[in-house]
Amino acid sequence: MIYGLCLLLFLIGFYGVVVKRNLIKIIMGLIVMEYAVHLFIVLVSYQRGGIVPILEEGQKIGEFVGLAVDPLPQVLVLTAIVINFGITALVVALAVRLYEKYGTFDVGEIRRLRG
Amino acid sequence: MSNLPVLFVILPLGFGFLYILLARRRPFVSEMGSVAVTLTLFMLSLILIGAGYFDGQQVIRSFNLNMGGWALPMGINIYLDSLTVLMLIIVNMISFTVILYSVNYMKKYSSRSYFYALILFMLAGMNGILLTGDLFNLYVFLELASVSSYILVSFGVEAEELEAAFKYLVMGAIASALILLGVIIIYLVSGTLNIAYAAQFIQEYGMNRALYFAFSLLLMGFSLKAALIPFHAWLPDAHPSAPAPISAMLSGVVIKVLGVYALLRVGFNLFDLGNDPYFLNLLLVVGGISLIIGVLLALYQWDIKRLFAYHSISQMGYVVMAIGLGTGLGMVAGLFHLFNHAVFKSLLFLNSGALETATGTRSLKKMGGLARKMPVTAVTSMIGSLSISGIPPFNGFWSKLMIIFAAVLAGQPFYALLAVIGSVLTLASFMKVQRYAFWDKCRLDKKIYESDLTAPIFMRVSMLILAVFCIFLSFLILPGIYRLILSPASLDLLQGAAGYIGGVGL
Repeated sequence: MIYGLCLLLFLIGFYGVVVKRNLIKIIMGLIVMEYAVHLFIVLVSYQRGGIVPILEEGQKIGEFVGLAVDPLPQVLVLTAIVINFGITALVVALAVRLYEKYGTFDVGEIRRLRG
Repeated sequence: MSNLPVLFVILPLGFGFLYILLARRRPFVSEMGSVAVTLTLFMLSLILIGAGYFDGQQVIRSFNLNMGGWALPMGINIYLDSLTVLMLIIVNMISFTVILYSVNYMKKYSSRSYFYALILFMLAGMNGILLTGDLFNLYVFLELASVSSYILVSFGVEAEELEAAFKYLVMGAIASALILLGVIIIYLVSGTLNIAYAAQFIQEYGMNRALYFAFSLLLMGFSLKAALIPFHAWLPDAHPSAPAPISAMLSGVVIKVLGVYALLRVGFNLFDLGNDPYFLNLLLVVGGISLIIGVLLALYQWDIKRLFAYHSISQMGYVVMAIGLGTGLGMVAGLFHLFNHAVFKSLLFLNSGALETATGTRSLKKMGGLARKMPVTAVTSMIGSLSISGIPPFNGFWSKLMIIFAAVLAGQPFYALLAVIGSVLTLASFMKVQRYAFWDKCRLDKKIYESDLTAPIFMRVSMLILAVFCIFLSFLILPGIYRLILSPASLDLLQGAAGYIGGVGL
């Protein structure tokens, strides 16, 4: 169920990228799409009633492994967020430069390349 | 041997950062440094040919290196087999000639140190993709290479370049999101990110619907990066807009490593679909369509670089189609054509850069009669054109011949016919390039035509190196050398997941 919502968010972002004509809206679509993927990564490690994955003194190993959330996806999501932050910064910079050159954010008018 | 492969990632990454820190005022340092680094890496990749042992049939290479000494499911490993060695040679050879070429070509741009830093980051990313044995690590290196290439496409910050870079970036970001999603679903199902462990999981428990979904996501993502035909829209904009050395890198190696290599690794070694008729037929159909449509679109282009870019789509179609045949000969032919295409397409893009520098235009309608003024460019471009259209003594002929033979032997004469038609059309469009650029009467401005048009020394040297390789790569199919390089690489794919798992040593 909650994975389905994640997929829905992804598709909303994808719709924004494919259908919208405005550069800023396309960028927002990209961001939504990336957030959906990040949310999915975090959900992979989610566990109802889970505890912090740090072994404390006096805790039984078996009990700890059963309860602790999976720390690996949380590490992965940090890396992915940093990478996508870089891409977002780059794409916004490109959009600003495009606005300087063409004087518009409309994709329909930014088309000197054809073929 | 032990730690040597790590250098392929560390050297370019480290030197790239060094240029940004130190050499801002002295681009000379970064020029010579980059030439030295890539030459070293090219030599190292040639040394790797000597690694491995001979088992009577061919050379067996499989080296596994656990980074930082962590045992495998915990750590990240570097895995090197014959396919990796083949790809490393291609990547580092092309990047060496390209950087040699840019020493002269990039003189007209400012902030050249950033250019060399970025091209080295791109190289580090590609080498990382080739070496890594971990899915998430593959994603990170893929992003490193892609982000550098987005910036390099827009390096000239002219209107067209920014537009192309934006298009490229949006497509690339969608592809990356799909790839990341696929990787995470594999983790969700199998509980590991290591390719060998995930492959073992799939061997034990078989495929299920979630894994098929993950595979289709990865397939879409890598096809976008490889610009196979339903996903090709960004390539003819992005590749010609970049500076010529970057076009050569993008068309020569980036689409191969980011797209085709990753697709093959995942399809054959992780999901073990080497015998799956649906997967192979998909590759065949996509390859065949790319082959024909790419060359048809190329026929009526007048922008020289755009024409070359459409031919990249078509030639990658050849590679994918040959691999989709699923036979041993098909694999060898596909990998051989991949190598050849890297060489002659980079050569052609470097030629187009020399033409653009000399005449100031990329339109074929405005050139002509340049053979007398630019002899080296004319001769090397002739060699490149003959190679790409498959004329006998050159390398392109042998690989295309092998592809046609493989298609006939695999019982797919229709695809053999497609390959022949594609080859004829390729020849036609390169006749056009040769005639309008070099042989026809001159349509250039008198003043430009009278001036000294010969390309600078390093540009000529790097074009000559690639032209010589166009001739000598034909020797790769001599029996002794064949068993050393091509045949073991194809075997790595044919053995599928079992070979990969055994190689990593689980």
